[in-house]
Amino acid sequence: MKVNYTLSNGNLYFYLIGELDECTAQNTRAVIDDVMAKYSKAKNVVFNFSSLSFMDSTGIGMLLGRYKKIKAKGMGVFIESPSTTVEKIMQISGLYKIMPKI
Amino acid sequence: MQNKMSLSFISISQNEAFARNVIASFMLSLNPTLSEISDVKTAVSEAVTNAIVHGYKSEMGIVELSAVIDGQSIHIEIKDGGVGIENVDLAKEPFFTTGIEGERSGMGFTVMRTFMDSVDVISKVNEGTTVIMSKKISNGADKE
Repeated sequence: MKVNYTLSNGNLYFYLIGELDECTAQNTRAVIDDVMAKYSKAKNVVFNFSSLSFMDSTGIGMLLGRYKKIKAKGMGVFIESPSTTVEKIMQISGLYKIMPKI
Repeated sequence: MQNKMSLSFISISQNEAFARNVIASFMLSLNPTLSEISDVKTAVSEAVTNAIVHGYKSEMGIVELSAVIDGQSIHIEIKDGGVGIENVDLAKEPFFTTGIEGERSGMGFTVMRTFMDSVDVISKVNEGTTVIMSKKISNGADKE
C-alpha cells in the first residue's frame, strides 16, 4: 500500500495505491495524518481511489476516523474514482452521505 | 463440479491478503464474474480479520480456512481457536464493535451478509469462532 498526495488549488488529494485492509490501514492512517498536520490550511481533502484495488470494513473504519479529524478542521472530504470493487463497500457503508463522490 | 480445499495459517495480518487471494484462485473454476470474486474476497477478508483481531487479539494462533465447491456454489469455513464471541446476535449488528481502540467500523458481519448468500456463526467463549458462508456463483464470466 502506497499513499501519494498533491496540493492543487488549495485542495489536498490523497492517492491510495494498493489494498486497504487491517494489515495496511495503520500505516496508511499514519501517513495521511502526518500530511494533514503539514497542510492544515487546505480547503478540502479528496481521496482518490482509482488505484485502490481492494478495501474491506477496516478501510471504512480508517476513513471514518480521518473524516472526523478533517471535519474538525473545517474542511470538506470527498471521494474520487473508486473501482467497482471499492464502490460496492463504499455504498454499503453509507460513507458517501458524509464524504460525497465527485 | 466438486472440489475441496483446506489451509491453515498463523494469525498475522499479512495473511488476510493471502487468504482472500487463495479463495479467489480456488473459485476460478466456477467461472465467476469479477464482481463475484470481489464479493467473496471481501467476505473472507472480513472473517479472517475478525479471527486475527478479535479472536486472537495480540496472541498468536492458527486460523483455518476451508472451502467446498458443490455444483455452482462455494461454501467457505473460517475457524479460529480464539476468545469466542459472547453474544453472536449483538456482534452481527451493524456498527457493533468490541475493538474500542483503533477506529473499527463494526461493519464486518454486515459486509459478509451483504456479499454472501448466507452467513452462519458458531462461537463458544474461550473456545473460538467458526464462520460458515455460502454463495451461488452465476457462471456468468463469459457474458461480461
